[in-house]
Formats: sequence, C-alpha cells, structure tokens
Amino acid sequence: MYVAVKGGEQAIARSLELLAEARRGDQAVPELELAQIREQLRLGVARVMQEGSLYDEDLAALAIRQAAGDMLEAIFLLRAYRTTLPRFGYTLPLDTTVMRVRRRVSGTFKDIPGGQVLGPTYDYTQRLLEFDTTAVASVAPADAPLPPNMPRVLDLLDAEALIERIEAGSDPEPIDLTREPLMFPADRATRLQNLSRGDEGFLLSMAYSTQRGYAESHPFAGEIRMGEVDVRVCPEELGFAIEIGSIVLTECQMINQFHGGNGVPPQFTRGYGLSMGEGERKAMSMALVDRALRCDELAEPNYAPAQNQEFVLSHSDSVEASGFVQHLKLPHYVDFQAELSLLRTLATKHATESEAPAQSAVVEGSAA
Amino acid sequence: MTTTHFAYNFAFLDEDTKRMLRRALLKAVAIPGYQVPFGSREMPLPYGWGTGGIQVTAALLGPDDVLKVIDQGADDTTNAVNIRRFFSRIAGVATTEHTADATLIQTRHRIPETSLREDQILVFQVPEPEPLRTLEPREAETRTLHALADYGLMHVKLYEDIAQYGHIATSYDYPVLVDGRFLTSPSPIPKFDNPKLDRSPALMLFGAGREKRLYAIPPYTQVQSLAFEDHPFEIQHWEHQCELCGSGESYLDEVVVDDRGTRMFVCSDTDFCSGRRLEAQA
Repeated sequence: MYVAVKGGEQAIARSLELLAEARRGDQAVPELELAQIREQLRLGVARVMQEGSLYDEDLAALAIRQAAGDMLEAIFLLRAYRTTLPRFGYTLPLDTTVMRVRRRVSGTFKDIPGGQVLGPTYDYTQRLLEFDTTAVASVAPADAPLPPNMPRVLDLLDAEALIERIEAGSDPEPIDLTREPLMFPADRATRLQNLSRGDEGFLLSMAYSTQRGYAESHPFAGEIRMGEVDVRVCPEELGFAIEIGSIVLTECQMINQFHGGNGVPPQFTRGYGLSMGEGERKAMSMALVDRALRCDELAEPNYAPAQNQEFVLSHSDSVEASGFVQHLKLPHYVDFQAELSLLRTLATKHATESEAPAQSAVVEGSAA
Repeated sequence: MTTTHFAYNFAFLDEDTKRMLRRALLKAVAIPGYQVPFGSREMPLPYGWGTGGIQVTAALLGPDDVLKVIDQGADDTTNAVNIRRFFSRIAGVATTEHTADATLIQTRHRIPETSLREDQILVFQVPEPEPLRTLEPREAETRTLHALADYGLMHVKLYEDIAQYGHIATSYDYPVLVDGRFLTSPSPIPKFDNPKLDRSPALMLFGAGREKRLYAIPPYTQVQSLAFEDHPFEIQHWEHQCELCGSGESYLDEVVVDDRGTRMFVCSDTDFCSGRRLEAQA
C-alpha cells in the first residue's frame, strides 16, 4: 500500500529528538557553557553577530551552541530572533575617529600619526598547531597608552586633495533593509548595508576576483582599525545624546587608483568596509566590493561580476542563499510529474520523427 | 546571561508588520497580477520554504480562522506539517485537512481539486515571482518590461519552443496574463491547475518572501494562460486513473512501487482522494 508521504508529523518529532541527541554528543563530556563560547570562540561570535545583524554576544553564543557550530545556521537563528524585536529608536552615527583602538595598521605609510598597532592578530602566528598550550599568556603592559584620538590615514591624503572628498551631509539617511525591500539601482548606503549583512565567504570571493582582473581597482589598505566605539542615542523626550554602551568594530578604508572620468579629475578613491567585533577579513572584502560597485558612478566599464550590483547584492545573503539552495530537498513531485509527462511527449515525437525505434520508457503494469 | 521569557505575538508577526503586509496586499488586490515590493521579514523558516506564504497567512489569520496547509497537494508532507504546526503553536488556530472546512489555505505547488468558495482565501508560496526572470535576470529591466506591458520576450520563448519541439515546453509555473494586463507567475503549480485560476470565486494571494514581492488575483478575475491561436493552451492528461479512488479528472502523482520500476498513479490531492474513497464506502 502507498505510504510514502504519510506520517510527516511523527517523522519530524523523531528527527528533532535525534538532532538534540546529536547536538549534545557524548553526555560524559560536559556541555559547553555560553561563557566559554563567548570568551574562547569570540571570532565566531563576532561573525554571527555581524551577519545576524544583532550585537549580542550571549545570544550569538547561544545560537552557535544550538547550531552545533554551523555558523550559517547560527546566523539564521539570530536573524529569526532579531526579526521579532521592536525598534525603540536609532543610534546616532558612530564616530570611529574616537575609537579606543586595539589594532590599527596601514599599508600605505610606514609610519603614521598614532603609530601602527598590531594588536591581537593571527597574521604572524606561523600557524603551527599548538598541541600543549594551556598556559595563559601574560601580556606586558605598553610603555605609554595609545592616544585617545587617532586621525584617519585617509584624512592625511584629504589635506592634499589627493583623495576624493566625501562632503558632509552628502550621505543620505539609509533605508533599513530589514524593513524595506532592496530595490535597484541601490544607492551606496543601501549597498553597504547589504554587504555588511552579506556572507563573508561570498564577499571574500567577490573581493578576490577584483584582484585577479575582474574589475581591477588597484587597491591599497589605507587603514584598518579595530577597537571599541561608544554608541549614543538621542531620545526625543531628552533632546540630547546619551551613551548607551560600546561595541567593538573593525573598519577598513581602502584607497584605490582612479584615472579620472565622469568629470572627476584623477585622484584616489575610497572603498569602505565595517564589521562588528574583530572581522578584518570581512571588512577588507567589503571595502573592495564596495569600490567595485561604484563603477557606474565613476564611469568605469561595468563588465565584471563584482561590479554588477544586482548580481552581488541579490546573492550576498547567506540566509537567503542557504534557504533557496536547500529548498530543493523539499518535495517537487508535482512539478517533476509534469516534466515527466512533457518529456515523454517530446521523446515520442522525437522518436517518430527520426524514425528510430522508440525507447520503451513506457509505464508497464501497476501494483495496486 | 539573563533568561527572558519572550512572548511571541499572535501569529508570530507584530501588529505593525501585519499592517504593512495588509496594506501591500490591498495594493496587490487593487492591481491584479502586479508584483508589490514589501518589507519581507525574516521568518523562523528558511527562505524558499514558504516564508512569503507564511507572512501572508500570518497577516490574515484571525482567531476564528480554520487553516489548511498543503504541499504538492498533500496535507501530510513534512513541510506542510511543519507550517501547520507553526501556526497552531504560535496562533493557536484550528487546522483542518478538509478543503471545504478551511477558511484559509496555504499551498505550495497545487490548487485543491475541490472547487473553492468566495469565503475562502488561497495563499500561494512563490519561489520566483518574476515570470520573465529566466529570460532577463536584471530586476531593473523586468520592472520596465512590466511597466510597458512588453511581453515579447515570453511570446518569443513560447514560439521557439513550438518551432523546436512542436510543443510549448513549459509544464509548470506556466505564465498567465492577469486581467489582460500583467504577465504573472502562477507559482510552480502544474499547468493542469491554471484553469482553476480563471474567475476563481476565492481570493488568491501570492507571497514571495526571499524576493520580497506580493501579488494577487482577486475573485472572478480573468486569467489567461499564454498560447497561440494555432497552438491553444492544453493541460496534462493521463491514460490512468487514480488507483486509490478511481478519479479520472484529478492531477496524478506517479509512484514507483518496486525495484522493477512498476508505477502506480494516485491523486496528488490527498483530501480529494480520501473524500472520494469515503463516499464510495458509504
């Protein structure tokens, strides 16, 4: 008897039990505490917060544990929670010039006011597996604290008028992409918002492609900085700004060559990337893709995937991409049946016309 | 970490979001077949699994509604079960498997065989709302084509099918013209179901969550499946009847029943099929 699609409800219930068991693993091993994830997997937490568009280390840690370390699933969990949260208001624009810097490097000048600060980076670790490291590193204090206000490297070029100027007030109020649909053509603020929620792997590949001849933009890492920035809001009933906390950010400003065009003289141009927590790969990739997407504004030939805003922005989101790719595992019996009967019709016609003996793709008998 | 006992609103979405959705739906009803961009929310189900349909359903559900959810015509496929479970958990509404008892039916890939009534709403899950997308990937371009009612691309595609294969080689998601104006995707229903769209007494609403578009076919709206005078629109026919209920006019699923490739044909609409079997027993 035909039973193939029966019992969906029970099957789901059993599957959830199996999932819970598999997620927990060997029960002789203690369960991960959220604080352990938050403190010891902080880069994973940062990525989930960034692409989940919700700055909450504890919730991100919870999502990572619940997703058994599958970052895209954790991001999805956080997004599905975020969507239910009410909006109390919007923060004032963050000022990253007064960031309490923990890392700050520039690839364009050997020395810069405020200095190059490596901070905690994997860049010079030599990538040797540390088989027996349980010792806690002790950090030697610096001779002097970093200056509280580090000028941006790009502002140094700005003084010489060598880099495009972003006029104050020229940056329009961005739309909220989680409340309004993405429409094309999208302005730069909207594009940046999309990229900041975009999948790190996708952005990395897109950025990489611009370095290999698909929309070459001759980039220099003008400045990358990471540290804490205060978050301020200005409640209507108060009429003045108050600080509500601080968040860790990574900011990347790329400097790109530009030979002039569209009435603009030859000068350096900017690509911008920003990521929550320590997310240098993401911020750098974002800055390269941001610059590539400015091709129309700068009258550059638009031919490469990374320059095509519909291509990039429509496919950057891991939650959208993951859902749609994986929806193929849902039943498609009905459509497949429709295709089967069409294909049989076409095959029969093809066989008749070519006068070759028809393949017997014919249904024989049946079992009742 | 502090544990918050978070209470979800009735039918998951907050009331402001529901209002936004209802406004977009009203616009969709006012312009039959036009794709209305809307602020699609992230839902706790994956994109591509019915997030658009779920948002439309959530915006429409009231406590007295009776909900039916089908996937491939069946009430008990896992995704249909999951969506029904979601709404009974989050809205506490009554659910049914009987088409006639439902006030709201959410569907993926089928229209029920049982005729719908004026007091029923059918909500479709739509993966790709743009019927021209496979012919023109750029959204800015397809919106212009709709604005100009320039559907030459699609006619040429259908003509080329006929020239090449002798048939229109589209068997599901077969394009329709709604109210003589907008070229519209009926969602991936088999073309067998297309005639049920025409002048349907029930309101038909379409939700595409990932693509952030809503559209509608209001009751009694003319819906034409594209065709040519010398190549009229045709629906699928089977040489078989349903092996369970004997129906000769329903859409049939082909099921492989052994490793020699023996097939049996059964109704894809499980409620229609079991209803007929009950009648036969009575």
